[in-house]
Amino acid sequence: MTQNENLAHPMEVFLRKSRIPHIWCSGCGNGIILHSFIQAVKELEMDSDKIAVISGIGCIGRVAGYVNMDSFHTTHGRAIAFATGVKLANPELTVVVISGDGDLFAIGGNHFIHAARRNIDIKVICANNFNYGMTGGQQGPTTPLEAYTTTSPYGNIEHPFNLVSLAAASGATYVARWTTLHVRRLTASIQKMLQKRGFGFIEVISPCPEIYGRRNKMRTGLEMMNWLKKVSVIENFSDPAKAEVSRDRIIIGEFVDMEKPTFESILYQTIKRVQEGKGR
Amino acid sequence: MPVRIWRKPLDLEKAKPPRGEIHIIKDRCKGCGYCIEYCPRRVLEESDEINKRGVHPPKVEEESKCVVCSFCTAVCPDFAIFVVEKPCEGGC
Repeated sequence: MTQNENLAHPMEVFLRKSRIPHIWCSGCGNGIILHSFIQAVKELEMDSDKIAVISGIGCIGRVAGYVNMDSFHTTHGRAIAFATGVKLANPELTVVVISGDGDLFAIGGNHFIHAARRNIDIKVICANNFNYGMTGGQQGPTTPLEAYTTTSPYGNIEHPFNLVSLAAASGATYVARWTTLHVRRLTASIQKMLQKRGFGFIEVISPCPEIYGRRNKMRTGLEMMNWLKKVSVIENFSDPAKAEVSRDRIIIGEFVDMEKPTFESILYQTIKRVQEGKGR
Repeated sequence: MPVRIWRKPLDLEKAKPPRGEIHIIKDRCKGCGYCIEYCPRRVLEESDEINKRGVHPPKVEEESKCVVCSFCTAVCPDFAIFVVEKPCEGGC
């Protein structure tokens, strides 16, 4: 057992040690997502100086402070807008956006669909916890129908977004959905996304026991994880429009994997062509 | 009942499953219990002691059962547990 307590955790190289332990609640899935991302970077032996991690506002927005890489914690909803700028200014970088569902799809919804449409080479990892956890559990664009939150005490009456379908329809070249229990598949999927060129999107269903779970009869993280274990079904490359997230069924897997010219490559080619005097 | 004949790998005597040394950073643990619940070999269990955060960190019940799948490391949200593979005894 713990003979040598001074032995460091293998992932500590990629973490800012002064900021660990993190502030996330007991049972929160954000730590698992951060671990999967770091594990993927470690297994691919990527140069961490060539990775930029951008995050938005929300609980998972704090990853920008925890990873020991170039990172920036942007204003609410503007993570993808900032990442677009980073990628265009320095196309050598691998730009990763790690943010939440409220940040990416409520206030930042338009940035997301247009970045996917342009096919900019940025990688988006979205932690979906079904509500606005940091501000007290208000209902958001991904809250399932009839779920209870602080602002829907009689059950949510709005239909939620299907994030994978939205990403696929907007033109993303890699789309997947996993839960925090499928850590191995999630890590493999992040690796695959990091090696591809083009707009990649991975939605990770994350347990939020303290804020969302306790209003929906899942008091602890374990109960939420066991729920994810019970209801999730892997259907790789099925129709993303039919990939529902409901109380009884969550369809997970890879949905889209294709190749398309990226925005920054077309942009730099055009600049080169115009500078050579071959304008049209 | 028919007797089932199980096929055995030819190198069963020679092959040895890896053995792990489990390290738990007790004061980082927030007591979510994922490592205990999802360990496929049931190596961990909840301890009686209380850490700095006021929760019961896991303790190793039987380390010899661990085969270094490292699922506890992957599923721990708090970077509080990791497994190091032990060098094999008597050479591999």
